[in-house]
Amino acid sequence: MPPRAERRRAAALAAAALLVGACAAPPPAPAPAPPPAPVDSVILLPAQDGRGTAVTLAQDGRSAVVDRPYAGARTGPAGPQGFQSSAAEVQAKFGAALAAQPPRPASFLLYFVEGRDSLTEASRAVVDRVFAEIAARPAPDIVVIGHTDSVGSQASNDALSLQRAESIRRELIRRGIGAENVIASGRGERELLVPTGDNVAEPRNRRVEIIVR
Amino acid sequence: MHFIQSAACAAIIAACALPVAAQVAEIGRIKVVRGQVSVERAGKSLPAVAGMPLQAGDEIRTGRDGAAGITMSDNSLLSTGPDSTLALDRFAFDTTTHQGRFDSSLKRGTLAVSSGKIARQSPESMSVKTPAAILGVRGTEFVVSAGDAAAR
Repeated sequence: MPPRAERRRAAALAAAALLVGACAAPPPAPAPAPPPAPVDSVILLPAQDGRGTAVTLAQDGRSAVVDRPYAGARTGPAGPQGFQSSAAEVQAKFGAALAAQPPRPASFLLYFVEGRDSLTEASRAVVDRVFAEIAARPAPDIVVIGHTDSVGSQASNDALSLQRAESIRRELIRRGIGAENVIASGRGERELLVPTGDNVAEPRNRRVEIIVR
Repeated sequence: MHFIQSAACAAIIAACALPVAAQVAEIGRIKVVRGQVSVERAGKSLPAVAGMPLQAGDEIRTGRDGAAGITMSDNSLLSTGPDSTLALDRFAFDTTTHQGRFDSSLKRGTLAVSSGKIARQSPESMSVKTPAAILGVRGTEFVVSAGDAAAR
């Protein structure tokens, strides 16, 4: 017999011996696997106001980006995993949480006479609608935010915007809103409703926003 | 004499300022309470009621039939379903510049989020932690669950 064939035969015998050995002494049953780790997940919902929307899920230094409605990501043994969910699945699992979501804040705009803290005639009527909204909400609280146009320095506009907001806050309290339920703040010229350059008188930017929430 | 007067004035001003400084800032309010809901604050468990002001560090817990909805000072809306624990770890919001930071943790259960002015002003300044992950919020509407049993 040529040595090559002999080697092959020896190898086959050895393999057979191994198999027999394996059959004679079966390996012990593997230890029960530890329970799989709990899973955390996130699902993106359609944005209500058309703004861009996305969430990242980071786990152990790796992350997944979720940026389409009903796309999701969950933690897993090998890092974050993407998945696709649906409106029906979200409702089934998160229905109670979604049903408890507080009503969205409602916003009202009041306009001011230039450089003063008194309201224009038309804006006085809006105040009545604010009170109707307050009456319609559970445990309402109110934020009064003053804005100016871009005439004057940022510091003076911060002060003027707060002054306008404070004057409306006092008015709301005078008309029966609890002082602990209304706060005033000023945004100065940071949030122009009508974009302009600096030092432009623009009546639509001289406003107070009342947010009922 | 003048010095004594001004020192006395300073002391009075300091005394008057103290209660204000000691008052813990309100970061949001509970708006919706269904079933069993409590607020854990400084080791105490307070029954949640609609209108209740919230502070940084508060933890909102719901029972088996519970659900809770809160509105934060930056207009973020957070609501949890049954058997949930949500911690408001850190909240800072500048009403003039809209700069801020909002970190919360869903320790268990389900949560629905609509992000507010903090996330709008600077994306990634809002996060939601879960036991195994951190969510970075660019906006705006999403749901989170923590501690689901893994599929085998």
